[in-house]
Amino acid sequence: MVIFLQNLVNALQWGSFYALIALGYSMVYSILMLFNFAHGDIFMVGAYIGFGVSIGLLALSSSGALAMPNWLILALTILFSMFLTSFVGMIVERVGYRPLRNAPRASAAITGLMIGIILETGNLILLGARRVSFPSLVETTVYNVGGVFVTNKKIMIVLVSLLLTLALHLFVRRTKWGMAMRAMAFDFAVVPLMGVPVNTMIALTFAIGSALAAAAGILFGVAYPVLDPYMGILFGWKAFVAAILGGRGSILGATLAGFLLGFTEIFVAMIFPSTLRDLIAYSIILLILTFRPHGFFGEPYSARLRL
Amino acid sequence: MRKESRFVVCLLVVIMAFSLSGRAQAETIKIGINAPLTGDIPKVGEGTKFAAQMWLEDVKAAGGLAVGKKKYTVELVLEDNESKAESAVKVATKMITEDDVLVMVGPQASKQAIPAGGIANNYKTVMVTPWSTNPDATKGRPYVFRACFLDPFQGPVVANFISTEFKFTKAAVLYDVASDYPKGLAEFFKKAWEGLHGKGSVVAYESFTTKDTDFSSQLTKIINSGAQVLFTPQYYNEVALIVQQAHQLGWKKPIVGSDSWGSAETVKLCGKDCYGAFFSTHYAAAGASGATKAFIDRYKAKHGYVPDDVAALTWDAMLLVQQAIQKTGGLTGDLKKDRENVRTAMSGIKKFKGITGEMTFSGGGDPIKCAVIVKISDAGEFTFYKSVCP
Repeated sequence: MVIFLQNLVNALQWGSFYALIALGYSMVYSILMLFNFAHGDIFMVGAYIGFGVSIGLLALSSSGALAMPNWLILALTILFSMFLTSFVGMIVERVGYRPLRNAPRASAAITGLMIGIILETGNLILLGARRVSFPSLVETTVYNVGGVFVTNKKIMIVLVSLLLTLALHLFVRRTKWGMAMRAMAFDFAVVPLMGVPVNTMIALTFAIGSALAAAAGILFGVAYPVLDPYMGILFGWKAFVAAILGGRGSILGATLAGFLLGFTEIFVAMIFPSTLRDLIAYSIILLILTFRPHGFFGEPYSARLRL
Repeated sequence: MRKESRFVVCLLVVIMAFSLSGRAQAETIKIGINAPLTGDIPKVGEGTKFAAQMWLEDVKAAGGLAVGKKKYTVELVLEDNESKAESAVKVATKMITEDDVLVMVGPQASKQAIPAGGIANNYKTVMVTPWSTNPDATKGRPYVFRACFLDPFQGPVVANFISTEFKFTKAAVLYDVASDYPKGLAEFFKKAWEGLHGKGSVVAYESFTTKDTDFSSQLTKIINSGAQVLFTPQYYNEVALIVQQAHQLGWKKPIVGSDSWGSAETVKLCGKDCYGAFFSTHYAAAGASGATKAFIDRYKAKHGYVPDDVAALTWDAMLLVQQAIQKTGGLTGDLKKDRENVRTAMSGIKKFKGITGEMTFSGGGDPIKCAVIVKISDAGEFTFYKSVCP
């Protein structure tokens, strides 16, 4: 029982990252029917921007010019990096995807792959192959709750990611901008006729997705403080799986699928030999998709959708 | 006419070369140093060069190398292999066939030492690689030797250390199943541990794949398996994550690693979590004594930094070569015969006292030597803890 609960805690943290990254995939996918394969690398860029921002803020704080407690530095790091990374996302869209918007989908998809490679190797040139250690902004406190070990970082990661998901949900459901996004997902051709600035909306979608990826990157840095330029690739793939599994354009679906992926990986490793973890975990996911090809909350494609 | 004159010049050059080498052979001993002075790992090349030059200084101070009844001057033929396999082969061929070296020291990394070892073996010239731990470098090659231990050897060493030091009987292993070095070492450790404590004494044998960052599920298993110690033969970036996550999941027992931990980056990435951990390696700079300390102090005074394991192993390799040459009892002047004699002497070296431990060669090219167990101190330094033999 203790082992089960412990793994539940582990899975909640691990799933948070998948969920946050899957959201960005899901949003872009629902509006443009486009697999933004560079998204995993935007997560990486976000983590590195977070690294830079936190180092800067720490230096500023310790120089005495503007003394701040560490939790404030972390909060500011998350906000600043989300803001900065959203521009990275918008640039990627402007440079990589907009010129190809009417090109075959395959061209746009490989554009994503290429942008991903550019971001990875660009980082490699900028900072070298050396692993970077994310500064420990919060002292780790370990709580022992009846044999289950929980750290303050784990709690924070899960709470922040749930909070961001909720904020996104409200944005999409309750605001005019959100309504425009949903409309675009519904029918891309008609929406511009209603006076919706399509380019602005798409840029906004990329910005929000990238900001969420940046938040995931920083939380990742807090939990696993070793950053390397290729950390986004595998994460991107798996989060992509979560986005599809959740159903096209469904925020709830992407979040749930992200957590489900985290749970599957952790619990498969608990029950089976850990060598077989990904093999079994992704076979299960494949099986789910066989029975629900449109994911949990996805609707079957119809003629109205742009394909 | 032109053709003839060219022929005459060629002939003259050949005669001169012969007479030169013939004369040089009587007075000097040439030792080749095949080192990565440029390329991926220039720091390794630098350590090699500095250690070899320090050895040469000693020889010169003694007025040359005494072999039998005669004193020879020693000359180092230092060549750059650019940290590339093909350059290492080229350098080795040049040294052996053109420079007439008696012995070649290097290359260092297995990537270069394995192909270069083939060349040395074909030309029947002794090669000593100080740093290459891959079994293939010396396998089936009677002329190739090394000054370090092999990968498989660390498994039993660590198993012995944990058993005698802590009296533990249950161990857990966490390793990367997709990487040769950790996987091999994990298997060798498991075998050695089960040999000591019986089947089932490795209570958790968990793995992950390269690039994984979350080990919580594996570590939860390990923690609840009743293991008394965790062995994880990983590289520094994973070490940081594994050790931190283990502590966050409530693990308070010892964690032990292997020589892949021995990078300055380990403590930089891992921080306080790694303090108090142990790992096995070739040599430890902090807390060294005797000849090892003397070497470190001298190197540091001259070059301004603490020598790493490559420099220390190169130093030992130079002394091994020296001992082998001296053991031949005298050089005949016939390079082919001398190279053969050096090989015979080398393979019979017993209880050589090196600064990285005592070495004994029993026929093959791999020494039987002891490893050093290092403890990461509370200041984050790698300190000598004890020497362990298999």
